[in-house]
Amino acid sequence: MSDTHAETVAFVRDTMLPQQEPPASTVGFLGWSKTNLFTGPFNTIVTVLCSVFIVWLLWMLIPWLLSPTWNATSLGECREFLVAAGRVGEHGASGACWGVIRERWIQLLFGFYPADLYWRPILAFVLLFVALAPVLFSDKVPGRLLMFTMIYPFLFPWLLWGGTIWSPICAALGFVILFAGVKYLSGVIGQLASIIVSVLAAAAWWLFVSGAVQDALASILPLAIQSVPSRDFGGMMLSITIGVVAIACSLPLGIVLALGRRSDLLIVKSLCVGFIEFIRGVPLITLLFVASTLLNIFMPPGTSFDIILRVIIMATLFASAYMAEVIRGGLAALPKGQYEGADSLGLDYWQSQRLIIMPQALKISIPGIVSTFIGLFKDTTLVSVIGLLDPLGLTNSIRADQAWNGIVWELYGFIAVLFFIFCFGMSRYSMYLENRLKTDHR
Amino acid sequence: MKKTVFLGALTVAGLAAGAAAAATLDDVKARGKLNCGVATGVPGFAAPDANGEWAGFDVSVCRAVAAAIFGDPKAVEFVPTTGKTRFTALASGEIDMLARNTTWTFSRDVDLKFEFVGVNYYDGQGFIAPKALGVSSAKELDGATVCIQTGTTTELNLADFFRINNISYEPVPIETNAEAQQQYLAGACDTYTTDASGLAASRSTFETPSDHVILPEIISKEPLGPLVRHGDSEWADIVRWSFNAMVAAEEYGVTSANVEEMASAAGDNPEVNRLLGTEGNLGEMLGLDAGWAKNIIASVGNYGEVFDSTIGESTPIGLARGLNAQWTNGGLLYAPPFR
Repeated sequence: MSDTHAETVAFVRDTMLPQQEPPASTVGFLGWSKTNLFTGPFNTIVTVLCSVFIVWLLWMLIPWLLSPTWNATSLGECREFLVAAGRVGEHGASGACWGVIRERWIQLLFGFYPADLYWRPILAFVLLFVALAPVLFSDKVPGRLLMFTMIYPFLFPWLLWGGTIWSPICAALGFVILFAGVKYLSGVIGQLASIIVSVLAAAAWWLFVSGAVQDALASILPLAIQSVPSRDFGGMMLSITIGVVAIACSLPLGIVLALGRRSDLLIVKSLCVGFIEFIRGVPLITLLFVASTLLNIFMPPGTSFDIILRVIIMATLFASAYMAEVIRGGLAALPKGQYEGADSLGLDYWQSQRLIIMPQALKISIPGIVSTFIGLFKDTTLVSVIGLLDPLGLTNSIRADQAWNGIVWELYGFIAVLFFIFCFGMSRYSMYLENRLKTDHR
Repeated sequence: MKKTVFLGALTVAGLAAGAAAAATLDDVKARGKLNCGVATGVPGFAAPDANGEWAGFDVSVCRAVAAAIFGDPKAVEFVPTTGKTRFTALASGEIDMLARNTTWTFSRDVDLKFEFVGVNYYDGQGFIAPKALGVSSAKELDGATVCIQTGTTTELNLADFFRINNISYEPVPIETNAEAQQQYLAGACDTYTTDASGLAASRSTFETPSDHVILPEIISKEPLGPLVRHGDSEWADIVRWSFNAMVAAEEYGVTSANVEEMASAAGDNPEVNRLLGTEGNLGEMLGLDAGWAKNIIASVGNYGEVFDSTIGESTPIGLARGLNAQWTNGGLLYAPPFR
């Protein structure tokens, strides 16, 4: 047959042609835009319309943003600067009034925190990343830093609220009692009894002993930094404080609630279901009002239960109910074989959860968990309805200064940028984490 | 059954709360600070500056009470409250007094169990409209769109006014004063209505204030004043007479500039002598120092000085005294005698 072929073809190339550059229309910017922007008549129209819109938006926005008003000390002065710069449109002077940001940006960040103590929230914020690093980037950071992560929850409130150093130390000692009790007593009186005894001992320490010990230690060695009342917290610092604590506490609480909801134990299960459904059935604002007003009336007079602490507790409970459902979704997505595999290895309940179930379930739930975090962080602005001066609450106070009355967009824009930085950071981290934990071969 | 026990326990707790909170003055003295509820921000009345120092017309009342008790106008913890949280904050004891442009009404006084100790600003609801609209009276606003803050007494007053005058309007509901300014300037409504003091404050921030006119009709009575809880009349007396001292000081010409001199020795006017503690023992009756009123005037100023420096005609807000002048000048301010 090959003979026939040889006779019909006059010429057969026996060497490869040298490789050529791909056609100019398929590579580089041209090729990219051809495949992504102008693939067909419909896409071309959409692309053109969108570009026109974006250009128009920037055309309107950039002159407004680039406004020579940084040094103004009032809205009126902003307008004078704009008129002097010849920026007068049909609706009067046009341009942003950045003077308000110059004068108030520190207040928007720190609220009424004493100015000479700004280093403390900044340090707490920086150390937060040091403490988080071994958790977030466990492959790049030495595990020994985990020690610092365990100390940090006691360091954080001390840095922010101040006071004697003995109170966080005494609070931490309670946990030492708890763990030591469980570790050393379980060999003697059994695991369940040791847990009960240790919890009781730790509770007794916190409730009755630690206060006296704290005072005694403080009188012997008064190591204290200036204490700052909660009322002085405000601005972005307040949002971050509430957000960070609520985020850190809601994840473990959510895991426990999710496990409880899937438990076979009737009481545990109904408690968890009841809690989750109650919290999810009530708006966060309602819970905040309960925290700010009702608790005050119900509690015995004279008890000063810190308002920020109350808000943090409410925000934590709220987020943990949502977190529980997100994690339950992850648990439900695991094939039954994983549970049975864990059982067949002879692992007990907690071992199988820790070694087999949770690592997989949490990995599945990362996008949901992070969106709950982001949602919680943004929900912290709701505290302005109960009179706490978070960034949004502060905008109202700033406008109450007659010099800045009438300024809206500049303040909200600045706050939006701040929140965007944090939320976008969280979102990018979750994508990084998903990539790192990707073990399948899609 | 269990519910009854629970409710019973709550009642007992409530009674205990009432009994324990009886001596507010002792609590304040023990704390070393006055907890004073203020607004989160109302131009001229209460606002924090860039350093977090509160100032304003309502804030001065707090400072006056602190000066009377401690001799120090800075011994105040300002608790920002919103329109929703202010009454529970006061009822629960979170704050000792509320000075937050709150209108004195029957139900707030009687039903909510508060005691208004006086009126520090007589306000009333007014309208602002662009000059271009060509109206000179609120009665010409037939068919107008009106920006109105929802859930306030101003909303009810507005409905009453238009019904009485048999004209119609279309409400544009808004939430905050800032939103109202934006909507009004953008032309979303023909007129904006709120307390006249607020209108003046808003108008002064407009780019061309002269293009807008505040209509002459005042359609409601809004006596704004500081208030305390029921159940501690001694404490109410202290707040009431701290405020009255500022009013009386203006009437008798005692100012922050001359108070030290007038208080150094008893003068010709026995009323001033009793006020400043050079004669009689009014301070002792209140449970305070003899120089309580002197401290107020020296550190905060008299009513007129506070008015002029926070909301008066020399400030950007530029309110005239009007009803808030002394009774000798045709206003409503009338401090009872100090004797």
